Amino acid sequence: MIDTSNLIACHECDLLHRIPAQEGLHCVSRCRRCNAMLHRGVENSIDRTLALTFAGLILFVVANYFPFLAFKLQGQETQTTLISGVIGLHDEGKWEIALLVLLTTIVVPLTQLLLQLYIFLPLKLNRTPWFLAKVFRFAGKLSPWSMMEVFLIGILVAIVKLVGMAQIIPGVALWSFALLIVVLAAASANMDSRVVWDRVEYQR
Amino acid sequence: MTDALLTAEDAGLLSCHSCSLLTRAKSGADPGAHEEQHCPRCGSALHMRKPDSLTRTWALVIAAFLCYIPANLLPMTVVTSLGKVQSDTIMSGVIYFLQHGEWPIGLVILIASVVVPLTKLFILVYLLISVQRKSQWRPLERTRLYRVTEAIGRWSMTDIYVVTILVALVRLGNLATIEAGIGAIFFGGVVVLTIIAAMTFDPREIWDNMESTNDR
Repeated sequence: MIDTSNLIACHECDLLHRIPAQEGLHCVSRCRRCNAMLHRGVENSIDRTLALTFAGLILFVVANYFPFLAFKLQGQETQTTLISGVIGLHDEGKWEIALLVLLTTIVVPLTQLLLQLYIFLPLKLNRTPWFLAKVFRFAGKLSPWSMMEVFLIGILVAIVKLVGMAQIIPGVALWSFALLIVVLAAASANMDSRVVWDRVEYQR
Repeated sequence: MTDALLTAEDAGLLSCHSCSLLTRAKSGADPGAHEEQHCPRCGSALHMRKPDSLTRTWALVIAAFLCYIPANLLPMTVVTSLGKVQSDTIMSGVIYFLQHGEWPIGLVILIASVVVPLTKLFILVYLLISVQRKSQWRPLERTRLYRVTEAIGRWSMTDIYVVTILVALVRLGNLATIEAGIGAIFFGGVVVLTIIAAMTFDPREIWDNMESTNDR
């Protein structure tokens, strides 16, 4: 019988590895056969993730409340926020695309930020949130569907497309978008999932 | 660690997709018996390999190819300007920008809407066929190809977002109005289907073929 507690299997090629007893912080361990990342250790992971989550929530509110672009043509002016684009698509009867945009740029990123708050604030205060394992698992499943960084490229392309046609005025939300993307990426890079799973283990 | 390459499957261990905990597979668990085991730590369903990985990925890839045809033939945007109505497909938009010397933006749309989805689909088809033919050719490179499909898929959403922003901004009545076309719905379908297809494919299948001759 093998003792499984100090073993980990590579998610991409199934090879078994021994977890080093003393793993350095800030170190990435990789599979020796296919080079997939096995684990990334982060120092003060809970503090960092929590701080970045707060920053992300503030930026998210600013990015959604204010218009990110204004369009001026012959005295007429229109502005757009994230949600007004979604509503515009819905009003045209393209609810499928409206839903896709709503989920990938508003619902999923916001849910992820709120779940991170729900998980890491109690952990910081040395408590264990209810349903920690379920909630953390769900948050992990959401991440491929958060596409804020792609939306920023979309904004840039739209600006270049329209710039010859009319006057384009970038709004305050555009800058919060750019910052939000950096903060979201940093938050996920600083999340050490082993810290959370060890906590779940301890609780059992 | 220079011992022989041992996989979790060889050791009769199930690796949790969510939390990486290893659990002993119930003894005598033949693949036919669909008795589900759950991770004792996080509660995820445990599988030796992602269930029906090849069949599901094939189905999603074929569906994505089918959606890609109307996505290219039907208009992405319908522009109404001073009574003139103009429909643009993905390619006609790209060609317009290339002809008018705005090649950086033409290139961005070409890469996001044509190169990325097609590359992703062809890589997945190649991986599926290579696994089914039990290929042992360059597993490391094929795993890298899989990582590429996982990473690039989301960038195809660019054009959908561009359309969203144009629709929201350009609504000046008779002067100029932009509407999303039916093609955009199919294109959104392609993006979602290819992302799910990359999720259902199990890269461990690539390596399973290596072990069957090396170790057993």
